[in-house]
Amino acid sequence: MFGDNPGNGEHRGRSMYELRLYIAGVTPKSLAAIGNLKKICREHLKNQCTIEVIDLLKNPQLAQSDQILAIPTLVRRLPSSIKKVIGDLSRTEQVLSGLDLGSHDK
Amino acid sequence: MAEKPAADQEPSLPQLPKSPTGISGFDQITEGGVPRGRPTLVCGGPGSGKTLFSMEFLVKGAVEYGEPGVFVAFEERPEELTKNVASLGFDLADLAARKKLLLDHVHIERSELEVTGEYDLEGFFVRLGYLIDSIGAKRIVIDTLEALFASLPNEAILRAELRRLFRWLKGRGMTAMITAERGLDEATLTRHGLEEYVSDCVILLDHRVSGQISTRRLRIVKYRGSYHGTNEYPFLIERQGISILPISAVELRHHVSTDRVSSGISRLDTMLAGGYYRGSSILISGTAGSGKSSFASSFAAAACRSGERCLYFAFEESEPQIKRNMAAIGLDLGAWTGQGLLRFEAARPTVYGLEMHLVRMHAAIEAFQPAAVVMDPISNMTAMGNPREVNAMLSRLIDFLKEKGITSVFTTLAHPESTEETEVAISSLIDTWLLLRTVEMSGERNRTLFILKSRGMAHSNQVREFLITDRGIELTNVYIGEGLVFTGSAREAQEAKDRAEALARRQEIEQRRRAHERQRRLIESQIATLQTQLDQEEEDLKMALAQMELRDKARSVSNRRQEELRRADAVDERAGSTGRGRGKEKHHG
Repeated sequence: MFGDNPGNGEHRGRSMYELRLYIAGVTPKSLAAIGNLKKICREHLKNQCTIEVIDLLKNPQLAQSDQILAIPTLVRRLPSSIKKVIGDLSRTEQVLSGLDLGSHDK
Repeated sequence: MAEKPAADQEPSLPQLPKSPTGISGFDQITEGGVPRGRPTLVCGGPGSGKTLFSMEFLVKGAVEYGEPGVFVAFEERPEELTKNVASLGFDLADLAARKKLLLDHVHIERSELEVTGEYDLEGFFVRLGYLIDSIGAKRIVIDTLEALFASLPNEAILRAELRRLFRWLKGRGMTAMITAERGLDEATLTRHGLEEYVSDCVILLDHRVSGQISTRRLRIVKYRGSYHGTNEYPFLIERQGISILPISAVELRHHVSTDRVSSGISRLDTMLAGGYYRGSSILISGTAGSGKSSFASSFAAAACRSGERCLYFAFEESEPQIKRNMAAIGLDLGAWTGQGLLRFEAARPTVYGLEMHLVRMHAAIEAFQPAAVVMDPISNMTAMGNPREVNAMLSRLIDFLKEKGITSVFTTLAHPESTEETEVAISSLIDTWLLLRTVEMSGERNRTLFILKSRGMAHSNQVREFLITDRGIELTNVYIGEGLVFTGSAREAQEAKDRAEALARRQEIEQRRRAHERQRRLIESQIATLQTQLDQEEEDLKMALAQMELRDKARSVSNRRQEELRRADAVDERAGSTGRGRGKEKHHG
């Protein structure tokens, strides 16, 4: 697991958006997803997010407990009521609407 | 039955390795189960039993064959599943605790899901791999994989991933069972064409309701590299799980015996030239109260008397009722049940569906291993399904009994008007058919018996009367008169009447002979008289003729004299003739 925290820790805490990205090994698709997610976080979420990247190859039990089928899957854990976005996150608008974050930006 | 057909067809090919499912009957029709280390597709409509079928495969694998298994459910939660199959005696919680079976519920909420860009199902693979490894599973069930199509968009990706999944499962050597919903039209087996990926074994489950009775059926659509029955096999979901009626005998290859077994009625044995053939099927049809059950019980008792086991399926009467009734005609069935040679299975036909009955019978026969079976009566079965289905089931049952070499007696109720027509449909399956009838005559109803057919044996063509006495069934002496078989007191009356008539006939003949003699003598005397008369007549005639001649001569002499005197005519030519006459006359004169 390589945790990653590009968000601004001091600024209003990290609890505004807590996101988890599930990948299975380092593949072009997962790298693309990580890159896209970081970009979205920086450009649309004012860095107010925690991103946790979970490699299922290392923590296979989490696939069951977190109900993960598709890879990559991005899960919004906070704000509560879970939202999932599947795919390489290449289309920002869709990611934002999937995470129900669009309104925050606009 | 399992090995024979395949061995005949391809003796050289090694059999595909198979994993027994432990599902009663299924391993027989597939000759060993599903392909080992390969995926099997189980498809069927809603409520067709897919989940239970695959669950039993897993549970039996874990319990009986030491192969732990993983059940991945897309539709049911583990708690629901555990509760549902508990009724079949599967304790999933216990199996899970012993690390023999894992339940996983894959839950995808479409509403909280957005898809953007490319993805794959690696998460699912990781998940399966983890589950498999955690208990060392050899079997896996995915129920129903097609739920993915409803949850995830981009069918092209899904299809590619499913293809990869099946390859992956094979690669891991998993004996897998994948369930899928039946396609909307009859032509497609599954809604999303999963059969395209699973090429090894496809099983179709079906659930139909006809005439308010539901029947479940199973068919093996495809089984690559293996012989398999292509029939639809009825199956049941019972207390012990799924039970399939494995009836094959497509080839009518039963062992045929020339042994005879007693019908329990000695004079009937004589009529059949020694009794029923062992392993044959006998139908006793008759109207109500014609003695069908008594014949059947006589047969059952005879089998027991010779030390063989007999299983009696009673569909109308209870065991104590039959015993009491038969005790009244001198058959102590209780003694045989006491010795364990006779067993009753009583059930009302309407309680279960047709298949249920047949599977139960099947199970009872397998358990008791009888040499003889009685089914009394089978006519009630027609209440359970349409005649075609009933016939199909009965023929399978009869095949099964024949294959086992079990002599079976069926009784059937016939309507008085159509005694011979009603059973036409099953008659072709029957070797020996006894027809019982009651004949009403002079205020009595008497029972008659006729052997309508009996394959492969010389048999009497006679209609016989029989009596149900306190010593059992007795066939009476045959009495035939005036083209009718007489029965009961009419038979005795007729015998007396015939005796009297015969005497009268004899006397009459004697009388007529004497009369004739008298007549003859009379006529002879008349002939003598007439002859005398005739002689007299002839005598008179001769005398008359002689007198006439004399008179003629006298006249001709006088004529000639007149001619000579008159010289009127030319007499020359006449002279010759008359001359001769004259000469004669001269001689006379």
